[in-house]
Amino acid sequence: MNRYPLWKNIVVAVALLLGLLYTLPNFFGEMPAVQVSSARATVKVDQSTLQQVEETLSQNQISTRGVTLDTASIKVRFADTDTQLKAKDLLQNKLGNGYVVALNLISSSPRWLTSMGALPMYLGLDLRGGVHFLLQVDMKAALVKTMDRYTGDIRSALREKKIPYAGVSRLADQTIEVKFRDAVTRGQAMNELLKSMPDLLLKETEGGGDFKISASMNPQAQKKSQEFALQQNITTLRNRVNELGVAEPIIQQQGADRVVVQLPGVQDTAKAKEILGRTATLEIRMVDDEHDINAALHGEIPFGDELYTERKGSPLLVKKQVVLTGEYISDAAPGFDNQTSEPVVHISLDGRGARIFRDTTRDNVGKRMAILLIEKGQAEVITAPVIREEIGGGRVQISGSMTTQEANDVALLLRAGALAAPMEIIEERTVGPSMGAENIAKGFNSNIYGFIAISLFMMMNYRFFGLISTLALSANVLFLVAVLSILQATLTLPGMAAIALTVGMAIDSNVLINERIREELRNGISPQAAINAGYERAFGTILDSNITTFIAGTALFWLGSGPVRGFAVVLCLGILTSIFSAVVVSRSLVNLTYGRKARLEKVSI
Amino acid sequence: MEFFNIKRDIPFMSYARVTTMISLVTFILAVAALSIKHLNLGVDFTGGTVMEINYPHPAEVPKVRDTLTQIGLHDAAVQTFGTSHDILVRLPVKPELSSAKLSEKVFQALSASDSSAKLQRVEFVGPQVGKELYENGALALLVVCLGIMAYLAIRFEWRFAVAAIIANMHDIVIILGCFAFFQWEFSLTVLAGVLAILGYSVNESVVVFDRIRENFRKMRKASVPEIIDNAITRTMSRTIITHSMTQLMVLAMLFLGGEALHYFALALTIGIIFGIYSSVLVASPIVLWLGVSREQFIKPEKKEGEEAEALP
Repeated sequence: MNRYPLWKNIVVAVALLLGLLYTLPNFFGEMPAVQVSSARATVKVDQSTLQQVEETLSQNQISTRGVTLDTASIKVRFADTDTQLKAKDLLQNKLGNGYVVALNLISSSPRWLTSMGALPMYLGLDLRGGVHFLLQVDMKAALVKTMDRYTGDIRSALREKKIPYAGVSRLADQTIEVKFRDAVTRGQAMNELLKSMPDLLLKETEGGGDFKISASMNPQAQKKSQEFALQQNITTLRNRVNELGVAEPIIQQQGADRVVVQLPGVQDTAKAKEILGRTATLEIRMVDDEHDINAALHGEIPFGDELYTERKGSPLLVKKQVVLTGEYISDAAPGFDNQTSEPVVHISLDGRGARIFRDTTRDNVGKRMAILLIEKGQAEVITAPVIREEIGGGRVQISGSMTTQEANDVALLLRAGALAAPMEIIEERTVGPSMGAENIAKGFNSNIYGFIAISLFMMMNYRFFGLISTLALSANVLFLVAVLSILQATLTLPGMAAIALTVGMAIDSNVLINERIREELRNGISPQAAINAGYERAFGTILDSNITTFIAGTALFWLGSGPVRGFAVVLCLGILTSIFSAVVVSRSLVNLTYGRKARLEKVSI
Repeated sequence: MEFFNIKRDIPFMSYARVTTMISLVTFILAVAALSIKHLNLGVDFTGGTVMEINYPHPAEVPKVRDTLTQIGLHDAAVQTFGTSHDILVRLPVKPELSSAKLSEKVFQALSASDSSAKLQRVEFVGPQVGKELYENGALALLVVCLGIMAYLAIRFEWRFAVAAIIANMHDIVIILGCFAFFQWEFSLTVLAGVLAILGYSVNESVVVFDRIRENFRKMRKASVPEIIDNAITRTMSRTIITHSMTQLMVLAMLFLGGEALHYFALALTIGIIFGIYSSVLVASPIVLWLGVSREQFIKPEKKEGEEAEALP
């Protein structure tokens, strides 16, 4: 009656083993490390960088505890923080501006554990210290900006088709009003605009003796424009955060118009705020090919010029005068040339930008123009293509022996410079590192002492079955921590509280079972039958009572934010693991102990 | 060792009038506290800035207040926090001052007057975020209640669902009442605790209800109050043990968890105490009064009998 088939015991054993394996990394602690990642999209971290890092370190006799290369970064572990700091400075000097070298802490669990995906839980900012920002993107401003661009586009479209108009203006309610002298020209304009501006809702209106067309964005275009603004802001933030040299920053969209930025381990919040708020700019300037580049390399830079190095490494003289800034760029996307099918970057300029660009290209056919990204007061030439013909209509194509990846990167960079819409910090949470460590210690201690108290009480009250319950409860904690580690959940202080609470609640299932067994024994049923009945009867109750708590947890997860969500995740997972450990694991232990004896006189409960 | 082996059923239902009166009075007191004193909502809900600053020596609160007044922050609340070495500065939302700059300004002023000041934590929440959290919190409470009621109505019967939810709302209102009366800070974490209690406290009612249902099938001759009394008595030992276990864990949090978990643990403590009371002495009488009867649970048998009679 109280015997589990072999497969059930095997399931329990395997579950326990896996639980142990995936819980293990949490106990190894962390090792100081240095993380090398790319600062710009054009700079890649790859095998050659890895080699460079290794060489640099071995040349300076710095011993490491292992160097690893993953998708986006190189991580070098060190025995102590002194070596870590020394290596950081050394690598930053050697690798230069293109790379971000950041201090990091990496789990020091052995490689075989890491290679099977067993990683420790990720600690939340309240446990490791750092800054959390929630930024709100001003979507109204994003729309205004887009409408301004359309205003220019309408103007140039009408001008191009030589349709006379009396005025184009953007009204405060984000509609554009185009005035005409008579209904005929308005009709022409209407036809033209319907063709060329599919994103606009156009309406013919009359009033005050004027013939007008009012244009507003259709809902899809509005949505698209807002999504674009948010994405661009996130990209820009990512670039800026990179400069802080933060290991593993988190930059994520939250809801329709918010961005979360988390910088673990950052102490200087003032600097973080400054960098997040700073703008990077893009400039288009003409290349000066008339002067001698060799003379310039020897220090004789002509008046009104600046010397830069192109991405491929060749030096370049660029005029100081700016033709266009990034403000005129409305979009940039990678693509392929229609004729040569080589990778190119398509840039859309707004109305004013298009006009300036057309005039400049017309006057400078055969010359080169340089596209520069200016950040931190430093300019970098992204590309310097030759102008082959006059380019009108605001659609520019940048080509020049690029790979597809490079085209992607350049498009990203062109979009990345500035924010598409202003942002505001609407939530800020900073936790000092010492407080983080204190929070961990306190949370951990309260869990441990609570657990010990419960174990003692259970063993006193239920004797052998109390021991079984304690073991089941330990298994529960093991499973819970393992699942959280596998999911790479972020552990926060409320999450630790939830672990404590679920441990307290998990014992309920064991108590229900044990009480039921006692009751059956009191009713005079044989021990074997009582054990069986206890487990079977208690199961329905366990299920009912846990499902209600599970419902509460799900609602918390759904509606909660930040720490409350962390709490909810642990609560829900804890319920699942506690049902398994109380019903299956403890039963299997009991069966192994009592199940073999055909006639059981007495049980210790 | 065996605790709480109660041999005879305790006639809980005969005390029902008294126990529900007690509940009613505490409930009314809690509602009164809530409506007169209101919840002391934390920065999570109201928006504003909270800064925790640590000094290596006991902090001089009046001096800190002076410093803040000097930089024009007259409405700053300063208090010690946990130990005498830590102080907490609260600032309401300032529309004219960029929120992100405020904490910087405060800390600069404080470290200028005492260079040993160490910034432990800053929390700034914009008014919009606060309002959303408040609304989401209220929505979560509603969703949890509806979800639990729906589950209980399907699994048991509507009378049990109504009784359980009344009993548990009673717990929640009393927790909130305590927070209002003592003006303890109500933060997001406390809200999580309150919602967890809602799920937890229903557990308790469910265990008793489960027994009531079982007894209806087993104790054919007993009256409804007897059945309920038996169900409560039989589960009493489990009730006490389970709650003391959870309470042990919560006490560990209350005493060892530090300031951050203090009010959370306090909310849970009140929730656990009233959870026992309400599930035993509030939920069950309500089920009784709503007219629960054996027929609701043994319908199939009755149907068979009826059909047999109807046949010629």
